[in-house]
Amino acid sequence: MTLQSLSPPASESRRIAMGVLARAQRTELEASLGAHWPNLDCRVLRQPETGLVMLRGRIGGDGAAFNLGEATVSRAVIELPTGERGYGQVLGRDREHARLAAILDALWQKPETNEVVETSVLRPIRQRLATETAQTSAETAATRVDFFTLVRGED
Amino acid sequence: MTAVLARGFDQPVAQSQATFRAVMQALANPGRLIAFRSTLDTDTPLPVNAAALGLALLDFEVTFHLAPSLSAGSVADYLRFHTGARAAKTTQDAALAFLDLAKDTLCLADYAQGTPDYPDRSTTLIALSTRAETGMAIAGPGIKAVGTLGIAPLPADFTVQWAANRAGFPLGVDILFVTEEGFIGLPRSTRIVGGV
Amino acid sequence: MYVAVKGGERAIANAHRLLADKRRGDREVPELAVEQIDEQLALAVDRVMSEGSLYDRKLAALAIKQARGDLIEAIFLIRAYRTTLPRFGFSEPLDTAEMAVRRRISATYKDLPGGQVLGPTFDYTHRLLDFALMATSNTEAPATAPHEPDVAMPRVTDIIASDDLIERNPPGVPGAEVADLTREPLSFPADRDLRLQNLARGDEGFLLALGYSTQRGYGRNHPFVGEIRLGEVEVELMVEELGFAVPLGDMTLTECQMVNQFSGSATEPARFTRGYGLSFGHCERRAMSMALVDRALRAEEFGEERKGPAQDEEFVLSHSDNVQATGFVEHLKLPHYVDFQAELALLREMRLEFTSKQNPETLEAAE
Repeated sequence: MTLQSLSPPASESRRIAMGVLARAQRTELEASLGAHWPNLDCRVLRQPETGLVMLRGRIGGDGAAFNLGEATVSRAVIELPTGERGYGQVLGRDREHARLAAILDALWQKPETNEVVETSVLRPIRQRLATETAQTSAETAATRVDFFTLVRGED
Repeated sequence: MTAVLARGFDQPVAQSQATFRAVMQALANPGRLIAFRSTLDTDTPLPVNAAALGLALLDFEVTFHLAPSLSAGSVADYLRFHTGARAAKTTQDAALAFLDLAKDTLCLADYAQGTPDYPDRSTTLIALSTRAETGMAIAGPGIKAVGTLGIAPLPADFTVQWAANRAGFPLGVDILFVTEEGFIGLPRSTRIVGGV
Repeated sequence: MYVAVKGGERAIANAHRLLADKRRGDREVPELAVEQIDEQLALAVDRVMSEGSLYDRKLAALAIKQARGDLIEAIFLIRAYRTTLPRFGFSEPLDTAEMAVRRRISATYKDLPGGQVLGPTFDYTHRLLDFALMATSNTEAPATAPHEPDVAMPRVTDIIASDDLIERNPPGVPGAEVADLTREPLSFPADRDLRLQNLARGDEGFLLALGYSTQRGYGRNHPFVGEIRLGEVEVELMVEELGFAVPLGDMTLTECQMVNQFSGSATEPARFTRGYGLSFGHCERRAMSMALVDRALRAEEFGEERKGPAQDEEFVLSHSDNVQATGFVEHLKLPHYVDFQAELALLREMRLEFTSKQNPETLEAAE
């Protein structure tokens, strides 16, 4: 990720980490938590729930907003005994995914666990996502049109 | 880190539905105490029944107002965090207004009265109060013959204020009195027909 | 007028059981999994998500299965389901300029920054039935080619706009109210935000027919496909307590930028005008039709004579929703026994009157 070499402010790197957690598969998060924090103690502040977010587009792509339609979203908020409050918000109806993402967001904020979250949890997910993106890009690139103009009329 | 935040519903669907049902019963049976004790964690910045009511009725499109006695503490943060609701700028913009009858002045005319096209866009008052054994005689839809409104403390001019509220029908505010034992509803359709 | 009629309970229960049986079909044939619909009928899923106005592939696939492939019924199921969920808020506006593009074509420029990529398309297929698909297919893996990372793909309309040759989009005003027809009933005149929301969930067949009608002369406005792009866009939701927008994941969108004939005035030089289409999933025909109708509905704004149905906002917006439409059309199946008896009595009376005028003596004789 090139963005990180620019050492963004803390909220921006947290935002990026939350983006990775949202794109993770639930099983990836379950495995990481099970491996590194099998007996984690945390308090649920907002029970995992599924609801709707109205998605907005922009007129003409960059103009005033309009309501395009809704998406299902699941969210949860938890708090560690040390006070870090973790937010999980993910597209879809998987409430457990939201809860796990919230726990990992809280652990990411805690100085003692931040590095483990970055290297052992987020990095493998980032790598998987990068591989998938590269595959899609390669497939897309194969359908790129190389125009050549035929000679027209008389010389 | 922000201050310690009280928990919301553990079972959001069941708990908010139970609260909603009690509120509905209270407004459908003006003056009658609808027994209700929320199973919400008691560590709430508002009395537990009032907190449950906020969690059940507020969402991010609903605005709330807190009277002076409630606006100092963490009530606003609690409601905002759990429901996404916004604090109203003035009493006139509030869909729901919380006040404590023992500490705050009650002035019904200060709140949103609705508009002729949308009478529902009026404020619903959530009034923290206690139940009184005796009360005023009330009549109207949902009351067989004559009912009783046993609430304390009510301001001395409450009967006059309520008559003015009733005169603007279908505009006007509705009140939900919240006590430790449950809810008592006073919708705008109810008339006060006799003193204590 | 409807009259409550009782007595059909058992017939209804058995009809539903029969429906479930027909949905399952021949038990010798393996049952369709929701995942199969999601993967292999992906464009039907995209349509149900668009018109159901709910982005959730698994739910749309389930609805298609439950509706036995009747897409309007599936859309109805999705619309009903969404009413059971609370709304958390509004996303940050989706930024299609930042799309991870999988398809991007332009009919206005051959060579454009970022190039043209065809992606998965039916275009250039011969529309010959492929009987090989009758059997289990052994599909090849897609071809790949080296790709430059992060190749910029500016919107074609932004390129035209850089020379001031196309109208500017109406600017966004922070904090401005955005019309929402799921909260406030449709009212007229409708602003463009409300019209686009309505079209985005409108029936594809209806939009297609209207778009087509503008091309055939009922509200002509000389469209060019400036660009169609398909790909994934990040969805973000602002969390007040955190003070920043949190990414929720990616969603697939199709965007169509239609470039239309000029508008200008004594004070403004001539510029191309725009029609805009945006859709969940891969719904190119829908996005194009939406863009054509969006432009047609702007007739009044450009002082154009309104002579086609596609330019009549009340007509278009009131009839675009296939759930509303099917509700009103299909309600004709409900018992209208009393209504019909009244009509029958009236008809008999009219006929009696008619007969008496034709042969006054018959009636007199009868009296």
